[in-house]
Amino acid sequence: MFDYFLQQGTNALSAGSLYAMMAVGLALIFSILRLINFAHGDVMMIAVYLFVFAGFAGIPILPSLLIMLVGTILIGLVMERIAYRPLRGGPEVALLLSSFAVGQILQNSALLASRLAGKPVQISFPAPELLSGAISLGPLLVPKLNVASFLIGTVLLALLTVFVTRTRLGLSMQAVAEDLPAARLMGIKVNRVVMVAFAIASGLAAVAGYLYASQAGQINPELGFTPVLKAFIAAVIGGFGSLSGAVLGAYLLAFLEVIPTTFAGIADILPPGTVSPGVHDLIAQVLPSSLASYRDAFVFVFLILMLLFRPNGILRGRAREDTP
Amino acid sequence: MPEPMLTIDSLSVFYGSIRAVDGASLRVDAGETVALIGSNGAGKSTLLKTISGLMRARSGTISYAGSDITRASTDRIVALGISQCPEGRRVFGRMTVRENLVLGGIGRPAADADRDIERMLELFPRLRERLTQSAGTLSGGEQQMLAIARALMSMPRLLLLDEPSLGLAPLMVELVFRIIDDLKAQGLTMLLVEQNVHHALDSADRAYVMETGRIILEGPAEAIRHDPRVEQSYLGV
Repeated sequence: MFDYFLQQGTNALSAGSLYAMMAVGLALIFSILRLINFAHGDVMMIAVYLFVFAGFAGIPILPSLLIMLVGTILIGLVMERIAYRPLRGGPEVALLLSSFAVGQILQNSALLASRLAGKPVQISFPAPELLSGAISLGPLLVPKLNVASFLIGTVLLALLTVFVTRTRLGLSMQAVAEDLPAARLMGIKVNRVVMVAFAIASGLAAVAGYLYASQAGQINPELGFTPVLKAFIAAVIGGFGSLSGAVLGAYLLAFLEVIPTTFAGIADILPPGTVSPGVHDLIAQVLPSSLASYRDAFVFVFLILMLLFRPNGILRGRAREDTP
Repeated sequence: MPEPMLTIDSLSVFYGSIRAVDGASLRVDAGETVALIGSNGAGKSTLLKTISGLMRARSGTISYAGSDITRASTDRIVALGISQCPEGRRVFGRMTVRENLVLGGIGRPAADADRDIERMLELFPRLRERLTQSAGTLSGGEQQMLAIARALMSMPRLLLLDEPSLGLAPLMVELVFRIIDDLKAQGLTMLLVEQNVHHALDSADRAYVMETGRIILEGPAEAIRHDPRVEQSYLGV
């Protein structure tokens, strides 16, 4: 029984790491530009397509991964330069609308590329051999992909933390996020800071995309929608604009999501004799296995309660000083 | 004959359709401390923001050490040697005192940061005890010292100070003006915007008086102090 909970816990840790990699990118860009970059999920999608198409071109896996990473970062930078920089200083809603446009362009590019290459809309995405199968951790059998997601996520987020808190560029980033005019008075090159933020966010999205697609087993141009939505919820729960909040929110969200799955139909797997038959029936009635399908409803109810009672998030993302 | 360090010529700046600065001309010579006084909303802060490139002039020019900086970016202006300590201090409250100082010198070689910080701590010993504290926890006076130290971290040749004594306790006001006098004695050129007209005129060599976006009066600080208009409007004589 305990193993069962532990198993669900490892699922949550793995999903949480993916959400965190995405949420931190959203939060990073939001903290600097006040833009909720809804194209972020499509950046993640395009990364996966870059990888797949590199494979179609006969390029081996390691160079393909490199192409995916570098290509996605470049796309992120181009997106910032063309779609967001000209709108900076304008109304925030203009940036938001622009991000929807970017998302559509990326989705249609993926669709067009598939058509031109004579591929179906759904392309299979087998997990690499190295990450297929599971490893046993004590009593648990954990898919290697989950272990990899957790480890890669943790390492990258740790590196990001070091970058943001220990380097001059990272400090500049924090300064821009806290008070833009004051940051400019320090002589910080704001454009450079924005570009670095987009590069980091896009790179993280590429890695998350690869792991996400490997778990899903197939890809399509709309695959970024669910992850960006989850990342958005995670960032809201944590306190929008706060990087640590986004990470915290991501793991919290992942654990919230496994709760319905864990307890739905739990009566069926209770070891016999642990509870009296009456209690067993009660549990089966209160927590039927059909409850699992209410997973998203459960999460959204939590989100609404969160917005009602703690609208600034757990770590209370704070508004930035923007008046010069 | 001293070199003109900063020359502002018929500058006009708008907030939307409101003319905040209206054809203002002003000069700061090397080694001088110049005070810019005037009531709230006269356009003093707007003028400083435009010098630093945070706001753009509609017309007129700003030149510094012989080159036109009217349209230069803020980071370029800082690199050229103009630093501003903004109104309301604007320290990065979530970051430590040390990090604030590092950010002040962000345009300079990283290798010099420690030495520069040490220099600032000798100038502002109070900050040394607070070095690892987040700037938001400092008192108003300490924050003002940090803001000045941070502005000095870029090793400016011209320091723009916007209302450095605003909202401070009387003892702190004294301290801030003592710091300004010290910097002046070290030969730093300063343009000082102040509502505390008494103190500003004590520290300044020359002064300008601004009203509704226009410079209405200029001259040596002593002459400005005894001008009947200034006595009546600002000194309450």
